[in-house]
Amino acid sequence: MALVTDVASTGRPAAVRVTDRGAWLLVLPALIPILVLSVGPLLYGILLAFTDAQSGRTAATRWIGGLNFRDLLHDTLFWESFRIGLVWAAGVTVPQFLLALGLALLLNQDLRLRWLARALAIVPWAMPEVVVGIMWRLVYNPDAGILNETLHGLGLGDGRDWLSGLATALPAVIVVGVWAGMPQTTVALLAGLQNTPRELHEAAAVDGAGAWRRFRTVTWPALRPIALAVTALNLIWNFNSFALVYVLTNGGPGGKTRLPMLFAYEEAFRYGQFGYAAAMGCVMVAVIAVLLAVFLAGRLRGGEDA
Amino acid sequence: MKTRTAARAGQYAALLAYLVFLAFPLLWLLSVAFKSPQELGSLHPTWIPRHPTLANFRQAFDEQPLLRAGLNSLLAALGAALIAVLLATPMAYVAGRRRTALSRAVTGWVVVSQAFPFVLLIIPLFLVLKNLRLIDSLPGLVMVYAVWALPFALWMLVGYVRAVPVELEEAAAVDGAGRLRTLMSVTAPLLAPGIVATGLFAFVTAWNEFFFALVLLKTPQKQTLPVVLTHFIGAEGVADLGPLAAAAFLATLPSLAVFALVQRRITGGMLTGAVKS
Repeated sequence: MALVTDVASTGRPAAVRVTDRGAWLLVLPALIPILVLSVGPLLYGILLAFTDAQSGRTAATRWIGGLNFRDLLHDTLFWESFRIGLVWAAGVTVPQFLLALGLALLLNQDLRLRWLARALAIVPWAMPEVVVGIMWRLVYNPDAGILNETLHGLGLGDGRDWLSGLATALPAVIVVGVWAGMPQTTVALLAGLQNTPRELHEAAAVDGAGAWRRFRTVTWPALRPIALAVTALNLIWNFNSFALVYVLTNGGPGGKTRLPMLFAYEEAFRYGQFGYAAAMGCVMVAVIAVLLAVFLAGRLRGGEDA
Repeated sequence: MKTRTAARAGQYAALLAYLVFLAFPLLWLLSVAFKSPQELGSLHPTWIPRHPTLANFRQAFDEQPLLRAGLNSLLAALGAALIAVLLATPMAYVAGRRRTALSRAVTGWVVVSQAFPFVLLIIPLFLVLKNLRLIDSLPGLVMVYAVWALPFALWMLVGYVRAVPVELEEAAAVDGAGRLRTLMSVTAPLLAPGIVATGLFAFVTAWNEFFFALVLLKTPQKQTLPVVLTHFIGAEGVADLGPLAAAAFLATLPSLAVFALVQRRITGGMLTGAVKS
């Protein structure tokens, strides 16, 4: 309301001033579906976590308070899955960021073949996750895969069944996660790099600052906000990721790659435990929120010291 | 001078390593897609197929209803993109022109909607859609996709709206154009490329989506491409590699084409949204 009078007092022509009623008419078409199909279900989902809702049951759903959460507390399988989820999220997000930063710095230089790297860096972004999973299954395939063949050719042994090995499954899946998520991060960081003032760079170079010094004092401060936002988003996306691992290992072998999303999916749609699965979802959201708060608070404080 | 040449060489070596890492799985997918079954069974696979063949593509279409699935994916993605853009554009216009609580709420919602795990959303959606008899139906999936694409579409569009100078609209108003006329003949043409980019991005997102489709569509005839692709992989994880690779390759082409078309605009739109928020 205040804004309308503000605008009016600055004497702008009437055409730009969207009246309140007009504004509501424009907003409602998007607002109603968001409320009905997004906000509503989310709240409903949180409520479900406190019920014994099950799929295909005829008896009425009952309110059971915190029972789901108490069960969850003692569900060692879930916590194991949760731990795997955290290892996966951190294991993907950190290399993803470092590799993307390296690539973005390279692409920001005047190098030949830069166009090819740019084009290639876009492809994983456009691919359906299911296809990425299928593709890497072909790479990891123990008999017909190129990885084992290459290792064999290099004289590094006969290779192994990467995705079924208890020790290798999670690392193998993490590599795929890094590959699939690197492009977005690279593109965002590259755009951030191109926004850093070139004059500052040149001035620092004239003053005799080395490459590392220039990166730390000129590039990084300009890049930080984007780097922070991208890393935070990547962390969330990776923790909630589903399709990639579903296709690669479906959580196997022996649950070694069973991410929390896979666990909750099975609980809900294989065993029909809607209430229990919703409780898992709530715990996931809560942990993500806490992690993000810690991460962002730490980073912001770190920035003030620097 | 010498250190500079060395640095350049190091940069090229690093770039080459990136190129290899990014490209080799893609090349391998192509390689497998064009190999005969005999060659795929051989002990030492080679990069270049010895006898390139299209047999895998034929077999892929025989094994799974790929055409039907492609059509389903196309309908779902087109429907979702159209609806998302139609719903989001008016709201984005308001949020872009007036820096009110609304535009802050839009930004906030984009972030919140990213943070929620899909399980928490899909269970209630499943129950709601079941009551509406929209489970296992393409219209139900289109609805979910459209709403799911909305936050990001809003985010991008708000950036594009802000890029249209408000002075142009003012000038049109001074010249005596009504509000509708101003919107249609001044704002809309300038906004059009952004709207198209947003729509295409929503299209790619919906075309690639897997989780909602997996949960909501049960009848094989109604399933979308990503779900049907997983059927190539058997219960024990054993797959017929050739047709699997061929089908996966084909399923990527549309989103790759669309993405190549709008890539620059998308990254631009994302960043204007990110920087100006």
